[in-house]
Amino acid sequence: MTENPYQPSLATIEKIKVEVTGERAIKTFRLVMQDENVQKEFSFVPGQCVMISRLGKGESMFAISSSPTEKDYLEVSVMKQGKNTSALHEAEEGDTVGVRGPYGNHFDVEGWKNKNIVFIGGGIGMAPLRSIVNYTLATKNRDQYGNLDIIYGARTSNDLCFKDEFAELRLRDDVNVHLSIDVVEEGWKHFVGFVPSNLLKVNPPSENTIAITCGPPIMIKFVIQNLLELGYKDEQIYTTLEMRMKCGVGICGRCNIGNLYVCKDGPVFSNAQLKNLEGDM
Amino acid sequence: MESLVISKEKSPELINTIIKSYRLFAPTEEKGFSGFNIITDNSEIDLSYLNSRMPPKAILFNQTETLFLMEPGAKGTIKPKEIRKDKTAIFAIRPCDAKGFSILDPVFLGNYVDPLYKANRDNSVLIGLSCNQPDSSCFCTSFGDSPASGKYVDILFTDIEENYLVEVMTEKGKAFVNDFSRFFSPASPKQIEAKEAKEKEAIKLIKRNLKIEGIEEKMDKMFNHPIWEEYAKKCIGCGTCTYLCPTCHCFDMQDESTLEKGARVRVWDACMFPEYTMHTSGHNPRPARMHRVRNRFYHKFSYFPKNSDVIACTGCGRCIRYCPVNIDIIELMNRVSEMVL
Repeated sequence: MTENPYQPSLATIEKIKVEVTGERAIKTFRLVMQDENVQKEFSFVPGQCVMISRLGKGESMFAISSSPTEKDYLEVSVMKQGKNTSALHEAEEGDTVGVRGPYGNHFDVEGWKNKNIVFIGGGIGMAPLRSIVNYTLATKNRDQYGNLDIIYGARTSNDLCFKDEFAELRLRDDVNVHLSIDVVEEGWKHFVGFVPSNLLKVNPPSENTIAITCGPPIMIKFVIQNLLELGYKDEQIYTTLEMRMKCGVGICGRCNIGNLYVCKDGPVFSNAQLKNLEGDM
Repeated sequence: MESLVISKEKSPELINTIIKSYRLFAPTEEKGFSGFNIITDNSEIDLSYLNSRMPPKAILFNQTETLFLMEPGAKGTIKPKEIRKDKTAIFAIRPCDAKGFSILDPVFLGNYVDPLYKANRDNSVLIGLSCNQPDSSCFCTSFGDSPASGKYVDILFTDIEENYLVEVMTEKGKAFVNDFSRFFSPASPKQIEAKEAKEKEAIKLIKRNLKIEGIEEKMDKMFNHPIWEEYAKKCIGCGTCTYLCPTCHCFDMQDESTLEKGARVRVWDACMFPEYTMHTSGHNPRPARMHRVRNRFYHKFSYFPKNSDVIACTGCGRCIRYCPVNIDIIELMNRVSEMVL
């Protein structure tokens, strides 16, 4: 990274994968730093974020959706929403973007060794979870974790991210995938209903388990409620928060919740921390 | 600390000599107010000021500033910005505004160093001028400071009638004074006493006190108190208080570009504006004015001390003087301080 913390490094979009089409379009961008040394030195832990910018169109913060076990690139999964993300959706493979980071804290992948992990995602909220899912499933890491359950849902089957990857994961016997959609669709073989309800149905035992949830605020709220009902303690529940961000390094001021800045003190918080956090969310 | 004097007769020549090798900012008359501007001759300086309207934070942390240059678009490139290196002196900065920099330092020079602020800070000599006539909105003494404090400047001038007493506070100040040594002579004990007398008189003129004792702990229990709504009802959300505050440091980053060239620019921003926190999705964590007003006071008196061990207020009084609806930070915070919960 450059000495000027506001100045991005340049990266090339190596691959673009369309995850979701339509109004809530999502694409995954595989990025490779143009300077080989910057790519080599770019190390992160699942949960961390990067600032991505289509030069001239602004900059936005995204969770890194690839696993750090993939060292040759990083991926971000982007929903088309504002000016910068719309410009990114128009980009082609081979185009240049600016990358700054990684920023923020991360999932405690070291501390959670030998534990079971339940990943509970909704919509684009699967992006940060995909990083740690693929990290724990990587050949060199898999035997260091217990049972892995993925509970993932979206409004419609079209809105599900990483569909092809879940199809592959279903073939593995060392991870359980529980998909859902909000309303009935013809040909849908899995759960129909909201993610918090699917969580109750799957009922993953709380003993020696960490639950990580990411998705729309309303989903997170009910997932946490249901986890507590299933016997999970506040210290076993983790989520990632988002805020509007500009500098990414705790200077520009806007992403605070109380005295904490989500860009540098977050984005990962345990429910124990959240309960004691008084601030605007 | 070394105490020197310079006569008021000689000081214009000193200023005009400094100008030859420094970018010298000093208070000048500006649209009926006082403002720090680069001067080309001593005659431009207007010392009949209480304080500038815009704080001199704008000299080290520019209101609008290019962060880097770019060629925008699909095959974009980035060109680093050249960091300003010229020697700068800020003459007649008030002690309260100089303290403002000491509060901004942990923000801009923390884990991530802001290269623009750092260069400006390193290349600037702060030449303070004691405030002999504080007004009814001044309250630097509430924070244990004095209108004639040299704590946050490199050199402090104090008007002692025919002369200025010149206190050299830092190594940087010493090097500066040595470069212009022919203008200064050692201060006599009487002249040092004269400054002390001026300082005492000035402190006496400060009538108001913001009671800071225990305020952080009190605020820990007042997040949902109706007092914030009460003040928010008065506030029109203009943001003047944040722009004129010597410790407010929030900014926005925007791309300014044509098809061929562009720049990422930072501009001051304010927590008083709803867009400041608005997510792209439309969700806003601080949708109501109450949330924004509350955040401003919490940031100064609770969040900032939690993170940097200092209250982010210097008692300069600008937000009281210039608030169009007369929101008074001393009145509000003293109500908080005295609140029985």
